[in-house]
Amino acid sequence: MPTELITGNHAAGYALSASGEANRKARGAACGIYPITPQTEIVEYVAKFPFTKGRVVPVESEHSAMGVSIGASLAGARSFTASSSNGLAYMVENIMVAGFYRLPIVMVAVNRTLGPPWNIWADQGDTLMLRDFPWLQFYCETNQEVLDTTILAFRLAEDHRILLPTLVAMDAFIVSHTMAETRLPEQWLVDSYLPPLDLPHRMRHAHPTTMGGLAWPHETLSHRVEVDEAMRRVPTAYDECRRLFDSTFGRDPGAAIQTFETKDADSILVASGTIATTAREVVRRRRADGERLGLVKIKMFRPFPEVEIRQACCSASKLAVLDRNYAAGVGGIFWQELRATFQGHRDDLLIQNYLTGIGGGDVTPAVVDEVIADLALRDAAAPPVWMGITLGEEVH
Amino acid sequence: MTTTPRAPAGPGILEKPALPCSEECLLRPGNTNCGGCGMSVGLTMLGRALARADQTCSLVIPACCGIVTAGAYPTTSYGVPTVATTFASAPAFATGIASVRDLNDEDGQVICWAGDGGTYDIGIATLSAAAERNEDIIYICYDNEIYGNTGGQRSSATPAGARTTTTPTGKSEDKKDMMAIMVAHRVPYAATLSIAHPEDFERKLEAALSMHGLRFLLLHSPCPTGWKSEQGESVELVRLAVASGLFSLYEVWNGDEYRINAEPDWTDPAKYLERQKRFESDAVDLERTRLACRRRFDRLGRLAREFPRETATA
Repeated sequence: MPTELITGNHAAGYALSASGEANRKARGAACGIYPITPQTEIVEYVAKFPFTKGRVVPVESEHSAMGVSIGASLAGARSFTASSSNGLAYMVENIMVAGFYRLPIVMVAVNRTLGPPWNIWADQGDTLMLRDFPWLQFYCETNQEVLDTTILAFRLAEDHRILLPTLVAMDAFIVSHTMAETRLPEQWLVDSYLPPLDLPHRMRHAHPTTMGGLAWPHETLSHRVEVDEAMRRVPTAYDECRRLFDSTFGRDPGAAIQTFETKDADSILVASGTIATTAREVVRRRRADGERLGLVKIKMFRPFPEVEIRQACCSASKLAVLDRNYAAGVGGIFWQELRATFQGHRDDLLIQNYLTGIGGGDVTPAVVDEVIADLALRDAAAPPVWMGITLGEEVH
Repeated sequence: MTTTPRAPAGPGILEKPALPCSEECLLRPGNTNCGGCGMSVGLTMLGRALARADQTCSLVIPACCGIVTAGAYPTTSYGVPTVATTFASAPAFATGIASVRDLNDEDGQVICWAGDGGTYDIGIATLSAAAERNEDIIYICYDNEIYGNTGGQRSSATPAGARTTTTPTGKSEDKKDMMAIMVAHRVPYAATLSIAHPEDFERKLEAALSMHGLRFLLLHSPCPTGWKSEQGESVELVRLAVASGLFSLYEVWNGDEYRINAEPDWTDPAKYLERQKRFESDAVDLERTRLACRRRFDRLGRLAREFPRETATA
């Protein structure tokens, strides 16, 4: 397996293309693509890839990119696309449709700040606005994790127990444009990992159905219950896909949550994406000084791994949730999930929110140290703390 | 808790050969369309044309009366694979479906069936892009000149003078010339259809079914509910539209080969307008309408003389 020095975007482009190519002996691969900074290199990679049985359609908008991918998927092809930020916002209507049509489309999203103001840097507000749709969501930390998770995402999404689209996210520039040594699996290995896609409800002339027409409340309720049942099967299916990935490619794409020094930790940092990388190093350093600190990195955001998180935090009395996103009028979105996770289970647990790196600001080890210092002083949770800015008493 | 029945699962990676459409296969009896609906007649004509051509199709339908036609799950009025798309997305979905059909060397037309809202308004960018890429799909717009599905609001296909729920005193702007827009994309085939001219209609469907690339068909589709007209007069109304020069029957190949299919007899357009309560409005300027009919057809005639279709048949 060759190791190359490539960017996160290159890793994603390779993973999407090799996965699409792996379906050449079935119904092939087809997708719609549209560029937006900072994911453009992904769709450029896909557009250049010499598919044996595939078509990449450069369309006029993100809305249509997902539309073409939906059509391709409905016709039984493996399908995927990539987007970011306002592009995802423009695509939203069809993102929702892909989920409710139970289509195993894989989308790589590069997390970029939603505008205005016009800002191209990292912020998870774009993919997290999709949190209530029937899509699985994974947040990645490194180029290798992006590549591995993207390939795994196809196997998971296409599993007949799941049949839901899957989103793989990475931080803008910090991952998307940063080169790192990445192992690229050969095509034959990807072929062996991904079975031919057989979408049970694809369009067939021999069995004509009408998809998406009027349904009464009870039929709609059944549909939503089926989505919920599929979501609840994800943790088991994910671990199976992970183990098979390990035995095929010789490395673990990572558990739904990844813990570091949590066993006896008093205070635990909760983070995702590249903030987890920095936080891990800070925890490592401060552990050496004898502090009982730990880290939980959340990789799988949908479905939300509540049980695993509760288990990982059983020794802690305080959590600091570092959110690179902001839900207006509430606070960090991971923080909301964490509060819901522990409500009724650990009402004694102090869960404090820190809004860090909003709009792409650097979350340096010094910022994480500030978070830890702030958390140490608290004996009750306060409203979310905005890092990197001094708030006045009143704004005139 | 009941569960949703699913289409039978199976290995079926490769499609069986598409079965040709039977005459009643496309739009089946028992649908709940309004009496006098031009779209219903259009779907029936399409089903017949497919049967005669020994072809079948998938239907790709955005939000419009055409998807309401299907009825409520788990029943459907459509006998061919049909998918509902988001309002603006029919040509995008169709692009994906047609791409996979071609990758697998399969048969079956991919047909977008959309109203004027999905075509002239919200879906125009998607349609324009599919036309520019010359996707191998048929796009049929049944133009009833109104947002019929939502109860009769204006669209950019609504003619000047017509009252709608959002232009209560009559629309002041002219109808958009959608044919000219599609012709400007130089699509292989663009044609207008009228249910009052069924032989012309059938011939054009036959022509479209025998070609490749993006084929655009514009059907003048009476809507008694929105037009506030008698259900039994639908065919007569669109006949008057052609006769008066309000709606012209013509076809264009590759953006520059024109052929006119029916000459108006210059019936007074007042005869068309006065039979629809939507035109009971001070905004109707009869003299301007008469002049516009003449000017439009005159322009079309010059185009047809200047850039005629050279070959004898479609």
